[in-house]
Amino acid sequence: MTKHERVESRRPASLLSGLFAAALLMAAVIGLQYIRETRYPDRQIADDALYLTSGTVLKHLAIAYQPLLADVYWIRAVQYYGGTRKQLDPNATGGSPPPSTRPGPGRYALLYPLLDITTTLDPKFNIAYRFGSIFLAEPPPGGPGEPDHAVQLLEKGLRENPGKWQYMQDIGFVYYWWRHDYATAASWFNRGAEVPGAPWWLKSLAASTLAAGGDRRSARLMWEVIRESAEIDWLRHDADRQLAQLQALDEIDALNAAIDRYAQRTGKAPASWADMIAEGVLRGVPVDPAGTAYALEGGRAMLARTSPLWPPPADVAGSRP
Amino acid sequence: MKPIAWISVNVFRESVRDKVLYNLVAFAVLMMGASYVIGQLTAGQDVKIIKDLGLAAIDVFGLFIAVFIGIGLVSKEVERRSIYGLLAKPVERYQLVLGKYVGLVLTLVVNIAVMSAALYLVLVYVAARFPPEVQAVWDAPALDPKLLVAIALTVVELMLVTAIALFFSTFSTPMLSAAMTFGLFVAGHFSDDLKQFDQVVESVAAQKLTEVVYWVLPNLSPFDVTARVVHGDAVGRGYFAVTVLYGLAYIAMLLVASILIFSRRDFK
Repeated sequence: MTKHERVESRRPASLLSGLFAAALLMAAVIGLQYIRETRYPDRQIADDALYLTSGTVLKHLAIAYQPLLADVYWIRAVQYYGGTRKQLDPNATGGSPPPSTRPGPGRYALLYPLLDITTTLDPKFNIAYRFGSIFLAEPPPGGPGEPDHAVQLLEKGLRENPGKWQYMQDIGFVYYWWRHDYATAASWFNRGAEVPGAPWWLKSLAASTLAAGGDRRSARLMWEVIRESAEIDWLRHDADRQLAQLQALDEIDALNAAIDRYAQRTGKAPASWADMIAEGVLRGVPVDPAGTAYALEGGRAMLARTSPLWPPPADVAGSRP
Repeated sequence: MKPIAWISVNVFRESVRDKVLYNLVAFAVLMMGASYVIGQLTAGQDVKIIKDLGLAAIDVFGLFIAVFIGIGLVSKEVERRSIYGLLAKPVERYQLVLGKYVGLVLTLVVNIAVMSAALYLVLVYVAARFPPEVQAVWDAPALDPKLLVAIALTVVELMLVTAIALFFSTFSTPMLSAAMTFGLFVAGHFSDDLKQFDQVVESVAAQKLTEVVYWVLPNLSPFDVTARVVHGDAVGRGYFAVTVLYGLAYIAMLLVASILIFSRRDFK
């Protein structure tokens, strides 16, 4: 066998051993990374930093690409809101929030600046204004509880888009739902109704808000409108949840009436739903729109604390259906 | 006219040989990747973001083609000494400048046409993920023909940038031409600030100077109507016509200046 033939015959073997060595080294790399990650885990560093806070400066830096930069800030706002909400919401994390992330001052601190920058870079970014009005106003853990910032953002939107009756409706909604200022809410609904092209029901919403502020009918109408006009799933789901809560309040009223009937008939309050079923007042254990059984505490029906609909909206819980 | 057409076709062929059309692959990958990732990152603004991203990408890719090929159109021929062979042929110097310009514009138009078609295809794919009731509340439909207005103005803007690059190419080095063209592109988007300079300076001389600079520099910001069209706002016919005419007039002026300089250059 010549030297050349010997070299040729060794070639497949050297290829195999080379591949084997590469695979072995790759496995070693993965193994070492696993050891490093398990033994020396990364410490999470809070990413609550916004280096450039001026929308006007960013507008100049973006040159011809302001809409694209607005999209970047919008994505950041959505991610920031979602991430913070997930940290703070016990339902999302499957338990109580860790002490370091409990709601408090500073939580969601970047939400308003991010939305403000987004709308400065793209003054017609409709969803950013409407997103702001719903989520900025929502109290912790669902939001920062900043109805003033929500109104401020929507008023900025109105300065840029004076014909947007939707923003007037949203400002009215913030005053209605979070500030319980029904007179101001009605005046904003009225302003919106006067815009050409605005829907007819804004006028009746203004009238019913003024006449019976805080009633469930007006609240239901507003959430239905928000659900119908929602461009993003979160808003739609939030509206669905609020509507389910309102339905639960109606059902609780009906259950309390049934409890009263039971008490009149038997002379004592029911200790459990089984008592009422045995008496023929109820056909089965009543469940809320989310599928969780209602609680019976102190002789009154209420939402179970384990229900996804807990807590019920306080402002309309005791009002007329 | 024949030499101009001949030179322009050769510029186009050269750009194809230089793998300029590879940017189309980059554009396609960017848009396909974005159409998948955007849906995971944002909340229901996929179509608006795809439009913004697509229009910005068309502008950026076009800008790089216009600048980096434009600056070498004439200077490369001089550096490689191939200018002697060209000028020995029955070709006038103005025909060479115009041919080079038309060839690069042809490359740009082919690129932008393909990128625009790809953008519309991606929009069809992204919009199909949303039910009609959600699409009904969007500011603008996914396949909005108004996007074509923005793309048309981008083409004119890039034609103007090409003319600037070619102008510098007739008397300067490629590196300096690139720096000056990019500088004018950025300054062209800040024209409105120059106009308002009189509100921040007290010196009358400085005010007059910035006013002159404002009127002389190419004003590129009117060509950017992306923010309007993605929200479904119409771009008026008058605005479109005046902006296009402004661009064409500026291009004509730059080409005349380029021809004047190039005709007087001594290549000995």
